[in-house]
Amino acid sequence: MTEPSFEPVNMQGPVCPVPHHHTDTIVIGHGSGGAMTQDLIRNIFQSHLGNAYLEQGNDAARIALTNQGGEIAISTDSHVVSPLFFPGGDIGRLAVCGTVNDVAMLGAIPAFLTAGFILEEGLPMETLERVIASMAEACHEANVKIVAGDTKVAEKGKADGIFINTAGFGMIPQGRNLGGQLARPGDAVLISGSLGDHGIAVLQARGDLGFESAIQSDVAPLNHMLNDLVSQFPDVHVLRDPTRGGLATTLKEIACQSQVSIRLQETAIPIKPDVQTACEMLGFDPLYLANEGKAIVILPEERADQALDILRKHPYGTMATRIGSVSSRNPEQVLLQTAFGTTRILDLLAGEILPRIC
Amino acid sequence: MSEKTTAGYLAGYRNAKLVRAVLGKIHQVVTQPWALMEICGGQTHAIMQYGLDQLLPPEIELVHGPGCPVCVTSLELIDQALWIAKQPDVIFTSFGDMLRVPGSREDLFSVRASGGQVRVVYAPMDAVKIARENPDKQVVFFAIGFETTAPANAMAVIQAEKLGLKNFSILPANVLVPPAMHAILGSPNNRIQGFLAAGHVCAIMGYWEYPPIAEKYSTPMAVTGFEPLDLVNGILQTVQMLEEGRVAVENAYSRVVTYEGNPIAQKMLKQVFIPVDRNWRGIGTIPLSGYGLNQDYQDFDATNRFDIGTIQTEESKVCIAGKILQGLKKPYQCPAFGTLCTPQTPLGAPMVSSEGACAAHYRYGRTTND
Repeated sequence: MTEPSFEPVNMQGPVCPVPHHHTDTIVIGHGSGGAMTQDLIRNIFQSHLGNAYLEQGNDAARIALTNQGGEIAISTDSHVVSPLFFPGGDIGRLAVCGTVNDVAMLGAIPAFLTAGFILEEGLPMETLERVIASMAEACHEANVKIVAGDTKVAEKGKADGIFINTAGFGMIPQGRNLGGQLARPGDAVLISGSLGDHGIAVLQARGDLGFESAIQSDVAPLNHMLNDLVSQFPDVHVLRDPTRGGLATTLKEIACQSQVSIRLQETAIPIKPDVQTACEMLGFDPLYLANEGKAIVILPEERADQALDILRKHPYGTMATRIGSVSSRNPEQVLLQTAFGTTRILDLLAGEILPRIC
Repeated sequence: MSEKTTAGYLAGYRNAKLVRAVLGKIHQVVTQPWALMEICGGQTHAIMQYGLDQLLPPEIELVHGPGCPVCVTSLELIDQALWIAKQPDVIFTSFGDMLRVPGSREDLFSVRASGGQVRVVYAPMDAVKIARENPDKQVVFFAIGFETTAPANAMAVIQAEKLGLKNFSILPANVLVPPAMHAILGSPNNRIQGFLAAGHVCAIMGYWEYPPIAEKYSTPMAVTGFEPLDLVNGILQTVQMLEEGRVAVENAYSRVVTYEGNPIAQKMLKQVFIPVDRNWRGIGTIPLSGYGLNQDYQDFDATNRFDIGTIQTEESKVCIAGKILQGLKKPYQCPAFGTLCTPQTPLGAPMVSSEGACAAHYRYGRTTND
């Protein structure tokens, strides 16, 4: 190798790239569930469609039925996943569980779903049937019925196999009042199980990670477990499923909605060794990976231990644990205390999760 | 991350008791202020992620180095990459981090949104695979990185040649650490007194290149790893040398790094690359600080394969990225930090990559009132 010249370089001084905010076109980050998605919702959807229900800002809308005096929860969710089948689940199970869980997060009992399908020309019938059978199984497990549906076929290349939209609704039993705006200082923060399983399982199924593991998606309907919890403790303040954007983004949203801070103990957060290893290799933070079968539970401190007992009795809650608490100081912040006693801030996921180079 | 949840062998290197013991020694040893630079962006991130800077004595200042290959890739190269990615019948492949880095007017995300075929790969050989599977497309790999990724980039070129692939090329953008150290230490504004040398760069290159640099600028260095225990050990060894008035290069990452480095990787680098002058974003041109393809592999240089012509580049002058990359300013000293400039709306390259110093500060360090 030639010996480099060791003259001091002529420093250019401050230089900087022009910002690209992606306000002109949709880019993939707008669907990441993080800050870009929030901007899109605020600037486009809420600015045109805004109303009191939409502005509740929860996983489902809470609507009063004027005649009967009851209340219902309504939610909708579209599902785009590649590949359609991944370890632990498939797009069909995802489409049912995603909406069932969103409805259940308001303390409602999900009852009915609708399903809209966009199918790509050339999709093997057998593939469709496998997906629908999986939806049926998930509906059976969640005890919900699909009561209306729609099918459209897009030209080859205009869709990716199957896109599914589901909407769901359920009754909210009297006395249950849950929402992201209701976290209170002193509350305990629980998580129903390990984080990041779904995100890594799907990435792995794409086959481009270059390694294999036994990680399974956690996709599951949580309504029975959560109903057991809320029937016993109607004073649960917040239920939220940390899907896209992960635990960190979801807690940040809650901290902002409730004007509180949330303090987490890093050592208490359950992450499976395989998921941890995959994250180490790819430079991902498991706290930002998607989950499809986990619930964040925020409730009065004195209920925490009994709540954990209830969650742990369910197959989807065996690893339930307490990960933090709610405080009135530093509102809108999520603070993570590390194993070293230091603190770091968790913010919204910025855009698409990108693997790091080294 | 907890011992309970950390996979396998890394747990020991994250053991809070062991780390505290070393931190205790640092507190004992230090008697005066020292400015150390960690050269690698991976180290910056680990320091912020674990909050190690919060545990150091106030005398020790960690200055973040230019060691994020994403941040320092020149605007010219990024604009060239964007130009190539927009061509029909091109599949442009890149490490994920590069997609968000702004060129003069757009980034790879916007190119993808407007129909360009941009694919994230996890290894350069994935790009070779894509080239084999798509014989009717030109597949270009954005070969960025320090010496750490350079052998894998070289391997992709060697394999593509062996396979007789006529549709594979790279955009050579690798940068080299020792010339950057010279540039920083030789700058009239330099205030760095000790270096944490980048462990993974040294795993490839060894550290035989460093003693002459340490001596020339009277700056001790410790080859340092990326786990909390590695980092505090590297800091301790550097501070000990400084306090004793000793100038040497010590290896605080001996489980991975040898003096000679990896001879097979170095041989591959020599086979494929030749040092060339390279422009570092925010710093300027540093002589012989990058890898270009040598005479034998010119066919695999995307800039030869495509008629890119001259691109007018244009940097905004809002942020102080250059000063941050040189370690002259801290991210929070920038007026735009955390307000106008966030990972979502980056004004400067260090905010863009997850390894960039500003992104690390924003994510892990934005000071709280606690």
